[in-house]
Amino acid sequence: MKNRLIGTSVPRKEAFDKVTGRARYVDDVSFPGMIYGTTVRSKVARGRLRGIALGPGIPWDEFVVVTAKDIPGINAIHLINDDQPCLADGVINHPEEPVVLLAHPDKHLLEKARQAVVLDIDELPAVHSIEDALAKTAVVWGEDNIFKRYTIEKGDIAEAFANADVILEGHYETGAQEQLYIENNGVIASYSEEAGVTIWGSLQCPYYIQKALIPLFGVGPERARVIQLETGGGFGGKEEYPSMIASHAALLAKKAGVPVKIIYDRAEDMAATTKRHPSRTVVRAAVMRDGTVVGLDIDFAIDGGAYSTLSQVVLSRGLIHAAGPYSCPNVHILGRAVATNSPPHGAFRGFGAPQSIFALERHLDEIGKYLGIAPDEIRRRNFVKPGQTLATGQVVRDDVDMNVLLDRALEAAGWGDKKARFAVENREEGSVKRGIGLATFLHGTGFTGSGEKFLASIVGVEATADGHVRVLAASTEIGQGTNTIFAQIAGDALGVDYDVIQVGQPDTAFVPNSGPTVASRTCTIVGKLVETAALGLRQTLLGSGLLEEPYSSEQFVKACSAYVARSGELRAYAEYKQPPYIKWDEDTFKGDAYGAYSWAVYVASVKVDTLTYEATVEDFVALQEVGKVIHPTLAAGQIEGGVAQGIGWALYENVVWKNGRMANDRMTDYIMPTSVDLPPIRALFAESPYSYGPSGAKGIGELPMDGPGPAIVNAILDAVGIGIPRIPATPEVVMEAYLANTSVTRVCRATEVARG
Amino acid sequence: MVDASLKRPLSFDVNGKTVNVDVAPMARLLDVLREDLHLTGAKEGCGEGECGACAVIVDDKLVNSCLIPALQARGASVRTIEGVAKGDVLHDVQKAFLTWGGAQCGICTPGMVLAAVSLLEKNPKPTEQDVRVALAGNLCRCTGYMKIFESVLKACETAMARESASEAAR
Amino acid sequence: MRAHVASYDLVQPGSLREVLTLLAREPGVYRPLAGGTDVMVVYAGGKLAHTKFVDVHGLRELRGIVVTDDAVTLGALTTYTDVQAEPTLGREFPMMGQAASETGGWAIQNRGTLGGNIANASPAADSPPALLAYDASVELTSTRGARWVSYATYHTGYKTTVRAEDELVTRVRIPRIAPGAQGSRVHMFRKVGPRKAQAISKVSFAACVDVDGTRITSARVALGGVAPVVLRVVATEGALVGADVTTLDVAAIGATLSREVTPIDDIRSTARYRRRVAENLFVELTRKLKAHVGLGSQAR
Ligand SMILES: Cc1cc2nc3c(=O)[nH]c(=O)nc-3n(C[C@H](O)[C@H](O)[C@H](O)COP(=O)(O)OP(=O)(O)OC[C@H]3O[C@@H](n4cnc5c(N)ncnc54)[C@H](O)[C@@H]3O)c2cc1C
Ligand code: FES
Ligand code: FES
Repeated sequence: MKNRLIGTSVPRKEAFDKVTGRARYVDDVSFPGMIYGTTVRSKVARGRLRGIALGPGIPWDEFVVVTAKDIPGINAIHLINDDQPCLADGVINHPEEPVVLLAHPDKHLLEKARQAVVLDIDELPAVHSIEDALAKTAVVWGEDNIFKRYTIEKGDIAEAFANADVILEGHYETGAQEQLYIENNGVIASYSEEAGVTIWGSLQCPYYIQKALIPLFGVGPERARVIQLETGGGFGGKEEYPSMIASHAALLAKKAGVPVKIIYDRAEDMAATTKRHPSRTVVRAAVMRDGTVVGLDIDFAIDGGAYSTLSQVVLSRGLIHAAGPYSCPNVHILGRAVATNSPPHGAFRGFGAPQSIFALERHLDEIGKYLGIAPDEIRRRNFVKPGQTLATGQVVRDDVDMNVLLDRALEAAGWGDKKARFAVENREEGSVKRGIGLATFLHGTGFTGSGEKFLASIVGVEATADGHVRVLAASTEIGQGTNTIFAQIAGDALGVDYDVIQVGQPDTAFVPNSGPTVASRTCTIVGKLVETAALGLRQTLLGSGLLEEPYSSEQFVKACSAYVARSGELRAYAEYKQPPYIKWDEDTFKGDAYGAYSWAVYVASVKVDTLTYEATVEDFVALQEVGKVIHPTLAAGQIEGGVAQGIGWALYENVVWKNGRMANDRMTDYIMPTSVDLPPIRALFAESPYSYGPSGAKGIGELPMDGPGPAIVNAILDAVGIGIPRIPATPEVVMEAYLANTSVTRVCRATEVARG
Repeated sequence: MVDASLKRPLSFDVNGKTVNVDVAPMARLLDVLREDLHLTGAKEGCGEGECGACAVIVDDKLVNSCLIPALQARGASVRTIEGVAKGDVLHDVQKAFLTWGGAQCGICTPGMVLAAVSLLEKNPKPTEQDVRVALAGNLCRCTGYMKIFESVLKACETAMARESASEAAR
Repeated sequence: MRAHVASYDLVQPGSLREVLTLLAREPGVYRPLAGGTDVMVVYAGGKLAHTKFVDVHGLRELRGIVVTDDAVTLGALTTYTDVQAEPTLGREFPMMGQAASETGGWAIQNRGTLGGNIANASPAADSPPALLAYDASVELTSTRGARWVSYATYHTGYKTTVRAEDELVTRVRIPRIAPGAQGSRVHMFRKVGPRKAQAISKVSFAACVDVDGTRITSARVALGGVAPVVLRVVATEGALVGADVTTLDVAAIGATLSREVTPIDDIRSTARYRRRVAENLFVELTRKLKAHVGLGSQAR
């Protein structure tokens, strides 16, 4: 197999439709007789629902009204624990809990009606922070507000702490973050007794929704069909949430007897749907005078919101990444996901890893500062090397040398020159101070541990009557380039031109379950299956006598269509097989957490204006080792987009909470970076192929979210000597730290270990 | 209460064709384009002027169609994304977005392309800083903007190369 | 879109006279709608209590910028794009262009009007501090006639103004100074928002100070975001006028400014932040003044 397409920047498959405005997103689609749906929400953080009243001034008889009573099957959004109701029935656990659904042909009247529904709720005490949840100021979930607890143990932590020169403790926090895809959540549902439920929507994981609809309606999979339409961004925000909105639309459609469209407006999407889990991490490090970290004791907690949803999975990824790309021999990590009374937090690019990585990477700079060791140097003294083990005991098999990556990134960023220049300039009188900071990290590809084995993803390829080859997968194009990359991989496997390959619309009635579009798995895991399936199809064709090697693209197409004409169909499937070396123990969190990791060094140059306390990123270098770059333009685009989101999370994107509800639920008040707020983002790649990825590719989608937060805040430390323990480091946060002159010993408590 | 049946007649040009529709007095231009004229290229990302996904060009000026009562477009000439390509022949900006990674999920792309077209009509040789400023009202969550800047600058190069070629041909 | 569209009305009389007549006939019933960049946002949020609007966007009488020897006069419908394109403003009143270029993004600058900004009376609006610093006047017109009011007396409280319900903002006038005097004038505008574009100011600061030698002969300092109205800090100005730049008591005058502002906590920022930044920007102004008279270094 020769790479002719892989490694080149072929035009994005669906780009023509996108640049001409022809691409059809869910709000651009309508069906005959279709009406609109909306959701009445609780507004109260926690309470008991006493009654529902339909207020005056609305022609209620024209409306379809759905409550929990109308649910034919089980009132839950099926995911892991099924604790989240589809519609609240008696109990309210967060202020955006859906209680009543309404549908009407006039969407403006619908909105008026929504406001006219009166919910009678007795309020109960609620919990709004990780600390309160752990302290059980009120018990709002289970017995102790804890959704899940995991630990990782390596070596002997007690001994490490007893024998270290110094122990440094730091407390770090990260805020919630809204995915802020520019297309809000939306679906259309139709229902008929024969066909069951059909969903068209903006979504990442068609089979998640199918699995949610089955118990809700008490139907078999053949009567729950999900079709993905063009999707205007997801970033995790359309991973599990669409199961909720699809369920709602489907319930309305069943009762209405006509298709129902629900499109959230921005305020509803922001307030009611998932966000990145807020976190707080206590890192205690046992360190030798030379900067070697001999022990890490980490307490990592995330706020899961009102229902468990995916929190345990987010927790596990956060935990596994908490000790970073370092060889520290003695590690203890406690992870807890807790319940609070806000809408459930959910999947968002990085999935827990950015949170725990923020804490460790910040802490390393604080340690370095305390010991007088430069940020690059302290990392060099601790990097893991191939053959050594990570926190879970996983032996590093990737052929990676973090020192080499670090050298290259520092060189690209002009680290040495800038350090010297800033040191001089910052002594001058002006109000602007500059600094440079870095973060080094890794990110695991695919589902954690045995996750991929349980998923057992399947991909198909089929020949069309006119001789094209269509990839059949439930993996969705959400902007990241699935269609294009699959076409490149299949094209090279078959040795045909790019245009010969089509990618089928994800539709559970026609495509096999290739697993969810999450966890940076689409290119590596699913892409490998595309390759395998394509090779299978090619084998069949070669064996049929219709095609001989060597062949041209035209000959291949002819042979394909001849085969279809002769035999009716030509299909090949591939199912995931776990690489044989992977051993993972879910109970002890020991073993090979991921088949492979991508490795990265990110460097941020930042200026801080001491008049306004604004930090601005002036330059950003993002270097990563990703196995193989399948499509240079798409890959760079992924990194640049992820870094931009990371910069947003680090400096701008502040969710203001009021009794569990997002108070700044407008784009005006929730600040994502515009085109004038971002520095040049320079994405650089290194390649060291992974034998179980297509042409060696590893994951890149989530990785870029991990580095910007700590690199930027470390650069602020370099610029003004202030160690900021939380992000977003808004000007208000920077000001308070600046005025308090937060120094390394304030952020980070140091204890010299006395030696007898 | 205004009588909802009191729709007002409205006539304006869209992509070079005159259209006549009856609209509610405060119907937004965005809704009239999308729902009455079935031009769904303009998207609603926020409904409050913040994201630029609904951007169109009215009388040669880039505006957010979610902030304009359609009646204010009476007699105006409106350009939407559907009118940027000539049939299947793409505008330089569209071609560049397609080639240089300017579109990922594509939801911001119609507004982005129109903002870029509007910029190039005013300033055919923008610097990267000019591009940044001109696009600051168009939010993109996917790309981090870098590939968008590159696309716009490449589109200028193409246009300039064509111009100098046609100069040379004369 | 949370508004019940059918409940709203927009009428479009063709001329200024007709609009004024309508406003006079039923004061308070119809509200003007210009570029819509404020009104439509509230409308879409379903929070627009007022339901009847009269379109003024098409009124030719409210357009145009006229430059005379003693003033620049801007029609109420002057957009931020227009402001940035006017060369006299760029030369003599640079803060107008700065404020305009930092208002929203291009699509907002193409639609948003100065008249709308003034009438909307948000304490966080960006052009008003510059207008205050330049000692602008506002023309209010009704069927009863036209009157000019000093912009300094226009805002009376949070979102309240001296404009009567039957009056339109029709023009804004900024007085010019002798061409020779330009060189002794120091302008400082600074918008501090949550990001560099499409941002509502947390604090904005505009100062126009005339210096004769090293002596301050006139000073107008205005801030947005730190009080219920865009605020001229008159006590601070008083302390500056007559003072010598080389011997300014920066700390004492800064303390005066700090007493004049009354910022609040809200979802966009904190009172502490707003106050502190206002103080810092004042210090920055004094640095600029010193640099102007050849003392100290211009801040980077
Ligand atoms: C995304 C976005 C960003 C923005 N950014 C900024 C910013 O950075 N800085 C800033 O200051 N503002 C900003 N704004 C607010 C707004 O653009 C300005 O206030 C603008 O100047 C309003 O003008 P308009 O013509 O659009 O007003 P309209 O919305 O038409 O009207 C606003 C108010 O003024 C009244 N009115 C309008 N014209 C007249 C008149 N001639 N006489 C009497 N009353 C009148 C109306 O009745 C209404 O109450 C932003 C708005 C948006 C949507
Ligand atoms: S929808 Fe109009 S600007 Fe966002
Ligand atoms: S391409 Fe997705 S928002 Fe811009």
